[in-house]
Amino acid sequence: MKLKKYIKIYTLFLYTSLSSELEYKTNLIIDFVTAILSLIGSIFLLTIFFQNTDNIGGWNFQQALIIQGIYTILNGITNTWFNPNLTEIVKHIREGTLDFVLLKPVDSQFFISLKKIAPSGFLEIILGFALLFYCIRINQININLAFLFLCLTTVICSILILYSLWFLISTTTIWFVKTWNATEVLRSFLYIGRFPLNSFSFSLKIFFSIFIPIAFITSIPSGVFLGLAKLWEIILEIIVCGIFLIASRRFWLFALKYYTSASS
Amino acid sequence: MSNLNINKLTTLLKVQYSNMLEYRVEIALWAISGIIPFFMLNIWTNNNLNESINLSNIMLSRYFLSAFFVRQFSVVWVVFTFEEDALLGRISPYLIQPLNPFFRYFAQHIAEQFTRFPFAIIIALIFFLFNPESLWIPSLGIFLLSCISTFLSFLIQFLIQSIIACLCFWTEKASSIERLLFIPTLFLSGLLAPVISFPEKVKSWIYITPFPYLIDFPANLLSGNKTNMISGFLMQLIWISILFPVFKRIWNLGTKKYTAMGS
Repeated sequence: MKLKKYIKIYTLFLYTSLSSELEYKTNLIIDFVTAILSLIGSIFLLTIFFQNTDNIGGWNFQQALIIQGIYTILNGITNTWFNPNLTEIVKHIREGTLDFVLLKPVDSQFFISLKKIAPSGFLEIILGFALLFYCIRINQININLAFLFLCLTTVICSILILYSLWFLISTTTIWFVKTWNATEVLRSFLYIGRFPLNSFSFSLKIFFSIFIPIAFITSIPSGVFLGLAKLWEIILEIIVCGIFLIASRRFWLFALKYYTSASS
Repeated sequence: MSNLNINKLTTLLKVQYSNMLEYRVEIALWAISGIIPFFMLNIWTNNNLNESINLSNIMLSRYFLSAFFVRQFSVVWVVFTFEEDALLGRISPYLIQPLNPFFRYFAQHIAEQFTRFPFAIIIALIFFLFNPESLWIPSLGIFLLSCISTFLSFLIQFLIQSIIACLCFWTEKASSIERLLFIPTLFLSGLLAPVISFPEKVKSWIYITPFPYLIDFPANLLSGNKTNMISGFLMQLIWISILFPVFKRIWNLGTKKYTAMGS
């Protein structure tokens, strides 16, 4: 019953935000070109790295491309869902319109996280998948059901971790009002997800596994694709994902207690 | 006449500086978001990728630190502010004033750089704490020259973005064009990899484009790496002298086109 209601609400969200976004058609085309150029740029950077060496951090070029593919998919999802919605939180809180969201008979986290959609990110997701399929071919990976299941699980976990990270940071707006730049910091750290974690020095590796779980976001799923990931890594990823989801939910409910609306 | 303009500019600078100081935390966060060059340095040295381009670890770390500094003091965001002002119609009162609105944005950028300065220094100190061997003090002459070239790099980017911002008069959402242009800036300017490491094919044409002069040239100058000073400054000045008339022209056309929102 409840699920049905939420699905219905979500289709309405989709309809309204798509129709408003399609008003800016040239914008959409420019964003498509940007996505393509951005992928070309990062592959260009990789070729510079591999000019005189055949592996960085134990990954060869073909394997490193898988990370690019997964990063591109995740970045597309970020641009389609997380970025447009979660930057909106800042606006809601500054202008006090969060009141209206809280008064609605739907879950506020659901409303805030999924209200908008930016279709320009779709192309990035498609590009990422295309690159991934190409990588599966050149790395001669055998596809079977268990493999697909594991890949899907880890990628979904990555998406959820990524969402929780964005949501956690956006929630801090309730105290600091303007955290637009905090999401920018997160964005620049996530940029590291384009490269294998092993290519960094030991201290950065620890930093990127514990404080900002970039290791879990791109490296482990890529490892699964290559059949290199160990079972404990996959289980750890699922546990980390659960912790992050619960933490972001708890933090949101906790933060709402401190929400005092604008000018009061 | 020019005295009056200088007066206006200093007043604007003072106002904007106190305005920017209000947003210290924001600017500190922004400074932190610029630390990508340090991560890149880590990849380069950790995998010994720099051996092939004949740069020692120390020179490379100085290069990336300088790249970080140059980037900190040449960040431009005028298109985003202008777009918001144009969409909300705030441009109208600015246009009536006997001062080109871009002076206001220019002052905002300079004031923001002053506010950012201490944070950039703190980040650099932390960097030296971890890499004490890469500490160096450039000679006063080199330091001044690299400040000038950083400022010229800022000017080039400010002009390019102002030209894009003027497109708001026609398309309303010009920031997506800026995001498009940011991609080649990111990959070709030398922020992620020094231009000398690029493949020969790319190197054959890249020095005609403005990109290497945005970060690579000033950073090489400051860090004491090899660079051609004369052609670097010359190209920066050439690009400014090309872009400035374009900006003036598009500004004149745009203001004629401008009709304020809702009319």
